Amino acid sequence: MRDVAVIGIGMTEFGEIWEKSFRELVAEAGIKAIMDAGIEGEEIDALYIGGMSTGRFIGQEHVGSLAVEVAGLEDLHIPSTRVEAACASGGVAMHQGYLAVASGMYDIVVVGGAEKMTDVVGGEATNILASAADREWEAFFGATFPGLYALMAKYHMHKYGTTQEQLAMVAVKNHYNGSLNPKAQFKRRISVEDVLKSPMVADPLHLLDCSPISDGAAAAVLAPLEIAKNYTDKPIKISASIQATDTLSLHGRKRFDALPAAQHAAKLAYEKAGIKPKDVDVAEVHDCFTIAEIIAIEDLGFVEKGKGGKATEEGLTALDGEIPVNTSGGLKAKGHPVGATGVAQINEIVLQLRGEAGERQVKEAEIGLAHNVGGSGGTAVVHILEVI
Amino acid sequence: MLPSMASIVGYGAYVPRYRIKVEEIARIWGRDGKSVSSGLYVFEKSVPAIDEDTATISVEAARNAVRSSKIDAKKIGAIYVGSESHPYAVKPTATIVAEAIEATPELTAADYEFACKAGTAGMQNCIALVESKRITYGMAIGADVAQAAPGDALEYTAAAGGAAFIIGNEGIAEINDTISFTTDTPDFWRREGEPYPGHGERFTGAPAYFRHIVSAAKMLMEKVGMKASEYDYAVFHQPNGKFPMRVAKMLGFEKKQIEEGLLCPIIGNTYSGSTMLGLACVLDVAKPGDRILAVSYGSGAGSDAFDITVNDAIEDYERQNIRKMIENKEYVDYGTYMKLRGEFK
Repeated sequence: MRDVAVIGIGMTEFGEIWEKSFRELVAEAGIKAIMDAGIEGEEIDALYIGGMSTGRFIGQEHVGSLAVEVAGLEDLHIPSTRVEAACASGGVAMHQGYLAVASGMYDIVVVGGAEKMTDVVGGEATNILASAADREWEAFFGATFPGLYALMAKYHMHKYGTTQEQLAMVAVKNHYNGSLNPKAQFKRRISVEDVLKSPMVADPLHLLDCSPISDGAAAAVLAPLEIAKNYTDKPIKISASIQATDTLSLHGRKRFDALPAAQHAAKLAYEKAGIKPKDVDVAEVHDCFTIAEIIAIEDLGFVEKGKGGKATEEGLTALDGEIPVNTSGGLKAKGHPVGATGVAQINEIVLQLRGEAGERQVKEAEIGLAHNVGGSGGTAVVHILEVI
Repeated sequence: MLPSMASIVGYGAYVPRYRIKVEEIARIWGRDGKSVSSGLYVFEKSVPAIDEDTATISVEAARNAVRSSKIDAKKIGAIYVGSESHPYAVKPTATIVAEAIEATPELTAADYEFACKAGTAGMQNCIALVESKRITYGMAIGADVAQAAPGDALEYTAAAGGAAFIIGNEGIAEINDTISFTTDTPDFWRREGEPYPGHGERFTGAPAYFRHIVSAAKMLMEKVGMKASEYDYAVFHQPNGKFPMRVAKMLGFEKKQIEEGLLCPIIGNTYSGSTMLGLACVLDVAKPGDRILAVSYGSGAGSDAFDITVNDAIEDYERQNIRKMIENKEYVDYGTYMKLRGEFK
């Protein structure tokens, strides 16, 4: 297997992008990534695009072909594959792209992720997202994602004494980081009080504990590490790309205070990269709800199980903390166009490792981690990226 | 000033006397009434009685306008009723009004629909007919008994009421100019045969209400050479209390300029009646020389903007005191509200 590097990144602004269609978002992110990598269209060997539910959000399936068409690459007849793993679609697309290059099958691979969620109204979006849970045993009985994560939050609070204020502090931190990210959906700084006063969605999760409905797309260009320097002075090595799976339903899990798939992926990723959790300088984690970030930093070994709330309160994960988490604003503030999220996380880590993250730059960041989750933990993908 | 410039000769309004509090609606749906109320900046809304509809509201408003302006209704050459809740799909409301105020038969009449701006579209047509000297007086009415599905966000604001404006020459306020800003923006709709409108939730905000009102207001102010600070009053369409306050701020208006015409917090959104009722309330207190900007918004989407200067004749005009009419109210509970709205079938 060959080593793989990211040689280009690109993404659209995230948010309610009323004026741009799905294909325009895909084109914008793709073109930005291709220009960033400085490659010609003819050099592209394959495309992978993550999309969670394009069929239900915009009535468009077959987005692999769509991506080739908007890129103007139809005459090359290259393979283009749409990848779906709920909110981890982008992360799994990255994993597929990584495998394709590492195996030696392809050299230059473009990985994209996109979702256009605001063409449907709120209740319909909630229903579509619930298709990432177990439809037969969860969604049909009324469980929504806020509901499932609320159950995890309640359990975490009960078992470890995690507080609502600590949950709120995740949102406060991520909104602060979002305020420094020009592409973030929410650039407004908020207080713990704002979170606690916002409407209750699913006890104990308030509106501001939840990531938003968003439109957006992100892309990355992958190449074998050995030729990466031909394209960029700052190639970023993918030192681990691990995908793991667990039960579709929350009730089928062995434990509710962790996402075992994420723990498993993290363990294998650290082994592959030959690093320890404390070696990570910056991380993008899947904070679809504030409790998800607390569980994530525990699952990733940044803190002991049960100490995530306290660590957040003490500033461990703040921009100036020991392990800055979600410097982009995370799903919470940057926005969460589900299929794009996993690739957007890679965009942020690459920016940080290149030293191009502007006001939110983490000093001397050399190792970054991206943690992308599908559903309530049925799929987890962990990528470790490194400056070379 | 052109001698043919159209002016407002008279106006009249009508708001049903029943009210339901936003908190009462929120109670039924298990929402926190206080936060819904403060979020929308709407406290209560008007409810039509069981025998009231867009036709009866239009007739009341038209009668008040004719009475106050003391004109001969026979000289009204056009009546347009703008509404999205005309009682008939086919059969005009405007003819009912014309007959009721004894303006028939020598006039043209038609019903308009352009979501919440159909009434102001009627005003523009009257202005055109008066300025081209085809008619002496024209009457434009904006009235609605707005529909909202039980449990929908619209239910907190969808209200009933209307206003009638008589357009002619040498009235109480000159209409210096009017422009429109129109696009095909599907933010809110009701298809044939459907009982309740559908809407695009947050899409009804930035790309719809705000873009159209801000664009129309800026276009008109630039055309007539006015700045926000130079107006005594401004009226913007009021789907809730928050939107007009925010759009006013975006355009550089202060709260004191829009307070007088802001009725939504106490009567809800009267749809086609909204901007025209607000303008009528401003005329109730305006002094000669006052300058008014009024901008409607209709989903689908468009805004009509009017630049108006009040003249000396307002002093002798028999004003209706619409706010006093609104104070005469009776609260109903949710069950009664549902009965009055004909929801029990």
